[in-house]
Amino acid sequence: MDYECVIGLEVHAQLLTYSKLFCSCATTFQADPNDQTCPVCLGLPGVLPVLNRQAVELTLRTGLAMQGTVATSNRFARKNYFYPDLPKGYQISQFEEPLIEGGCLNIEIDGTTRQVCLNRIHLEEDAGKSIHGENLADPNKSYVDLNRTGVPLMEIVSAPDLRSPAEARVYLQKLKTVLEYLDVCDGNMEEGSLRCDANVSLRPVGTETLGTRTEIKNLNSFRNVQQAIAYEMERQRGVLENGASVVQETRLFDAARGVTLPMRSKEEAHDYRYFPEPDLVPLQIEPEWIERVRQSIPELPDARRQRFVSQYGLPAYDADVLVASRAMADYFEATVELFPQPKIVSNWVMGDFLRELNQAHHRPDEAPVSPTRLAELLRLIDEGTISGKIAKTVFEDMYRTGKGAGDIVAEQGLVQMSDSDALREVIEQVLAGHPEQLAAYRAGKEKLLGFFVGQTMKATQGKANPAMVNTLLRQLLQ
Amino acid sequence: MSSMRPIHVLREQLVSGTLNAVALTEAVLQHVDAVEPELNTYVTVTAEQARQQAAEAADAFARGVARSPLQGIPLAIKDNICTKGVRTTCASRILERFVPPYDATVMQRLQAAGAVMIGKANMDEFAMGSSTETSHFGATRNPWGHAEYVPGGSSGGPAAAVSAGLGAAALGSDTGGSIRQPAAMTGVVGLKPTYGRVSRFGLVAFASSLDQIGPLTQDVHDAALLLQAIAGHDPNDSTSGDVAVPDYTEVLDRGVRGLKLGVPREYFVAGMNAEVEAAVRAGIEALRQAGAELIDVSLPHTPYAVATYYILANAEASANLARYDGVRFGFRAAEPADLSDMYMRTRAEGFGAEVKRRIMLGTYALSSGYYDAYYKKAQQVRTLFRQDFQRAFADCDALLTPVSPTPAFRLGERLDDPLQMYLADIFTIPMNLAGIPALSVPCGLTTDGLPIGLQVAAPPFREDVLLQVGATFESITDFHTLKPDGLPVTCKGDGYGL
Ligand SMILES: [Zn+2]
Repeated sequence: MDYECVIGLEVHAQLLTYSKLFCSCATTFQADPNDQTCPVCLGLPGVLPVLNRQAVELTLRTGLAMQGTVATSNRFARKNYFYPDLPKGYQISQFEEPLIEGGCLNIEIDGTTRQVCLNRIHLEEDAGKSIHGENLADPNKSYVDLNRTGVPLMEIVSAPDLRSPAEARVYLQKLKTVLEYLDVCDGNMEEGSLRCDANVSLRPVGTETLGTRTEIKNLNSFRNVQQAIAYEMERQRGVLENGASVVQETRLFDAARGVTLPMRSKEEAHDYRYFPEPDLVPLQIEPEWIERVRQSIPELPDARRQRFVSQYGLPAYDADVLVASRAMADYFEATVELFPQPKIVSNWVMGDFLRELNQAHHRPDEAPVSPTRLAELLRLIDEGTISGKIAKTVFEDMYRTGKGAGDIVAEQGLVQMSDSDALREVIEQVLAGHPEQLAAYRAGKEKLLGFFVGQTMKATQGKANPAMVNTLLRQLLQ
Repeated sequence: MSSMRPIHVLREQLVSGTLNAVALTEAVLQHVDAVEPELNTYVTVTAEQARQQAAEAADAFARGVARSPLQGIPLAIKDNICTKGVRTTCASRILERFVPPYDATVMQRLQAAGAVMIGKANMDEFAMGSSTETSHFGATRNPWGHAEYVPGGSSGGPAAAVSAGLGAAALGSDTGGSIRQPAAMTGVVGLKPTYGRVSRFGLVAFASSLDQIGPLTQDVHDAALLLQAIAGHDPNDSTSGDVAVPDYTEVLDRGVRGLKLGVPREYFVAGMNAEVEAAVRAGIEALRQAGAELIDVSLPHTPYAVATYYILANAEASANLARYDGVRFGFRAAEPADLSDMYMRTRAEGFGAEVKRRIMLGTYALSSGYYDAYYKKAQQVRTLFRQDFQRAFADCDALLTPVSPTPAFRLGERLDDPLQMYLADIFTIPMNLAGIPALSVPCGLTTDGLPIGLQVAAPPFREDVLLQVGATFESITDFHTLKPDGLPVTCKGDGYGL
């Protein structure tokens, strides 16, 4: 039998607020364990939560950008379970009344656009971190770091609209890009500011009823998401083809072995006993607030891609690559502003610049070559001061040293030879030095022109203006 | 016999210089030393801190800058209100050594007002009880009835302390009657404010949607002064109301002429103590003679109060008390084998029987499959309570009822009968469910010499009406001036420090 895979993703995005969701502790992570805590996030007796409105605003921004519906009144709920890194013994989350209902995200699959529906977006607080291991002060003990406790998370729950591991990956990548554009989450999966759980089930092709699903946790990279779902699909297919049934359970992805494994049932058997959080009043979202947030939504990747094509005349491929990262697209636009030849800028940004970024693991805004510096280099090429070929090595030096293009060209004497008398002299020497090739050329072997160009470039250490070399050679060879 | 005078009288003496703040506090501390072995009203006496605060107050009086009516006034603070640097135990083993690094908002306000804290007063463990017998630090005894009776609860320590003169007034907390019922049983005034009138920040939570801090005092005038000091919006408590606080002393001499006072028929039930009923009815009649118009009203859902309350309060408590897990603070069981052993033994050894009973009941009410039948249904019934009161207040300005169906009972008498114990709060719980304010004022003594209380209830944020009715009642009766007999005599003559 042919099976269709049905996938829904639950994504936790850490919001870019200055302070935690219910107290004024900072959310940055350079601090020593438990330094960024206070009586409220430590859950000491008698303290009360006070909602961070900035976190609500960022969630509203996300929901509105994805065409979701804002609940005008919604409330928080307590999710009860015991764990040492959960100080209150409950997590303040949202259950029956999420902040955002519905919404959608468009993804491109094989050149066509698909709409993935969202079930809901809600706000909750993060738990802390339990640390076990041999490198600790007392290896027989476990330690708890509560710096992360109370950091605001936005949970974005998709409908079961995804149909393949590749689609799931594309959805997640697109979601990350949109969150970056919205300035609500830094999207860093390795550091856990974007986390993903996947619900996976199979059903016979052509049927509507959903099969029994499993939930896969611990997916901390795009690759893992795709790999884990692919493994789980095959596993479930095997189960079904053997005439057995899939067990509804939570499974963990073991990235080292590329497999999903069931969590111990003890860890899974939770009755969270949700009930409305009595320490917080229902949150009223005034229409004016919604309108203000709607106005603040920046241009999103789809719109920007279209604009890059229409405004700058870029090929669709270039536009796709550039807008995939907001910082990259910003870098491109800042450079075009200073050097208004978009296709040349696009070639450099997608080529040399991106290669250096990847090697150095830099974000565009961390690169030692700023848009101003790149524009300076491009002007030097455009004005004929240096050749395009030399510009590539100049760029590498700029990236390595942080110096400007003009300085490097001057220091290393890389200014292009465009003096026709001097060039004529060099070419005459080249021709005089290769009498056999000269004779062969004159006998009709015109392909040897390239040989003389090469020899001339070599003699000038690449500084000769290639166009002039061509013109002069043709004159002298006649 | 103790002869502590009300705050407003002490204030006059302190201002005129006939009483010194240091001498006042010293006299109270001396009295505490003499009486505590018998009554056990305090978990922790903060003598050193009290002396320092009293010295600061005396200095303020000397310099003529003592502007607050609470300056230099010795107070008892219920031990579930967090006090920076002073252990706050909730009368539980699990918090026996917990020292908060912060003050409750009400403590910050009292300190700003220059009040003196004598100590942290005893209570039922985590405020769960109606007799102050479930305290890990032993039961508190009622100063009335030769110390053979309970003082009520859960604010039995604060109530007994005020009754016995071990503080001029006290702060308690009221979740289902925990201020009003012990106030009635010890012959003092107790006021539960509107939910949201006083900040809960720093009050160790029992049931978050019901808890409220309020004053226990020697008379209604003092209740106005103490409420004035602690009431008002607090940005640290999202559930505190942003409602202006009126001048509560302004209403005290307005009388009740023209006021319509409702008498709910469901509050005079078969089986209630006859002496209590007679005293309460006499009190109501006295107010009529003072000019109030009495109206017969009905609060039809009253019989469901106790059941509704024990579902909601315990459900919230089961979550509120989850943080006592031995991980970060408080008691931890010795040598745990693993995490689950640490959790189970810490909580089994750290909590008393009543607390565990309520955590289990609350957990059950929230469990999957039972939530709709219990918690959700109880929330719906709670709405009916609000509607009951709204309808009643459409016809009257305040309600008059008994506080408790019986006077104080003997120690141990109900300890093995939780249901009987829970019924002690039958007339006080509805006000917590509806979030409205209510006051208990002394209205008589039984033939055994035990105090009886009259309850006044008003619409939300109308504590001024409670105080107006209460002050009028005191002006036509003298029950509030009665003091318990038979306590050790530590102060001779006219009173403290004179
Ligand atoms: Zn904090």
